[in-house]
Amino acid sequence: MTTGELSQWHATNPDTYLPPGLAEPRPWQDGLDIPYWEAIERDELVVQYCDDCKAHQWGPEWLCHRCHKFDLEYVKVEPKGKIYSWERVWHPVHPALQTSCPYMVVLVELPGADNVRMVGNLIGDPMRPVTIGEEVEAVFEHHKDADPPYTLVQWQRTRD
Amino acid sequence: MSDHPMRGRTAISGLGETKYYKRAAAPDGEFKMCLEAILLACEDAGVDPRDIDGFASYSNERSSPDRLAAALGIKEMRLSNMFWGGGGGGGSGALANAVSAIISGQCEVVVVYRSLAQGQFGRFGQGAVVNEINNDGKWTAPFGLMSPAQSFAMRVRRFMHENGVQQEALRAISMASYFHAQQNPRAVMHGRELTEEIYDQSRWIVEPFHLFDCCMENDGAAAMIVTSVERARDLKPEPAVVLAAAQGSTPRNQAAAHNADLYATSNFQHVAKRLYEIAGVGPEDVDVAQVYENFTGGVMMSIVEHGLCAPDEVNEFFTLENFKAPDGKMPINTSGGNLAECYMHGLELIIEAARQLRGQSPNQLANPEVALVASGPMVTPVSSCILGVDR
Ligand SMILES: [Zn+2]
Repeated sequence: MTTGELSQWHATNPDTYLPPGLAEPRPWQDGLDIPYWEAIERDELVVQYCDDCKAHQWGPEWLCHRCHKFDLEYVKVEPKGKIYSWERVWHPVHPALQTSCPYMVVLVELPGADNVRMVGNLIGDPMRPVTIGEEVEAVFEHHKDADPPYTLVQWQRTRD
Repeated sequence: MSDHPMRGRTAISGLGETKYYKRAAAPDGEFKMCLEAILLACEDAGVDPRDIDGFASYSNERSSPDRLAAALGIKEMRLSNMFWGGGGGGGSGALANAVSAIISGQCEVVVVYRSLAQGQFGRFGQGAVVNEINNDGKWTAPFGLMSPAQSFAMRVRRFMHENGVQQEALRAISMASYFHAQQNPRAVMHGRELTEEIYDQSRWIVEPFHLFDCCMENDGAAAMIVTSVERARDLKPEPAVVLAAAQGSTPRNQAAAHNADLYATSNFQHVAKRLYEIAGVGPEDVDVAQVYENFTGGVMMSIVEHGLCAPDEVNEFFTLENFKAPDGKMPINTSGGNLAECYMHGLELIIEAARQLRGQSPNQLANPEVALVASGPMVTPVSSCILGVDR
């Protein structure tokens, strides 16, 4: 099996890493993570920060898990990370993924933000070998045609 | 060390299992199979089903105690108990809850049970098809990370990286389950031999999991009767004494977007330590282990975190020879387990542990005295138990 045969989507669609049809992310109904979605729409990466603990937190919670202070601020962080783990997905478990396997999912840690982690796709040839520790930078993938539009934070190798 | 109040006070007496089926192949519905398993467990124990006074289950079991108690004509129900959490994480935890109810005097005869008809109801291995997502799934699902295999592969890959583990270690786990299933006529994969070649050539589901690293999806039901050890001595079978059963989690294990404090883990570090303290035995005393295989990578981390193998010795220790009953260094999953006997959410693993201590396993060890069961790993909470012989 070659990538070309399997992964028709990657070969022909540069704008989004995966095809449309997957569940679209929405903010929590209580508004907890609205600042994150608004920031990445502007190509800015933010995470929560506790000014008392001087520490970042991710995913978003209503309070700091260290000191229990409520209503943490969202602060801008450098959109750079290191690959902490990875997986190459071959079996589509969702109808929208039938033409996009294999694809690469990475877990990225952010050294500039107390090593909080984010899940995303690693842009590029999914068959290219991945090394844990590789440096990556964020790519803001805008889904402008969605209703309402939304943005995903993807990753690409810094040295590419 | 003084005796722990849980240690050795209760026993598993009755074991009941329906025939195990491929997914959607059961001729009966889930609730009917559940009744059948409970009656079989009662018959095995020699107790009147109407004397059951407690019900304990896990994983959002659909056959609820209210309906079971009515159907069975239970004289007086004193416990209706559900362990929170999905997957097989609660198998030993449901046992722990049954044991606690008996020791605290709330109940005398508790049935621990699980019934599954994935043909009648939904499957576990598929991603949900929904238009939008506003829970913590939003941090993973839009990137095509949504099934259990995909959720756990990330942790397993990190563990393999940190400890230099090779793919062959995962293969040995799968081979052991299939090897043992060949001696077990009840196993769904009886007659389906697995070789290294078949494993290596099988398709990837999600790296590092081949097809044979992933559990089956099955139909069936299983039940166990738990009583005080004194009452168990008056019943028909040899009691399998509960030395310990415990549940729990490491800190923030399910923090959103894979932000657990301890990431590359089956989540057993704290539970295993407490389990051995309750039981009054150590990893060196374990004769046989039944280790829940949702995916082989979870088995690997469960074995390490229960102290049966050092993390940097996985490549050497994880061989089919070491995992084989009766003479391997640490026989595991001696009925075929979730991979090859039946995916009964791991209740079949506790039943097999009891069977080993009674001398009734299809892959019987010579006089085992201590059997470990690690229930579903990598979820929150997880649970495990240690069974022993009566003396
Ligand atoms: Zn704080």
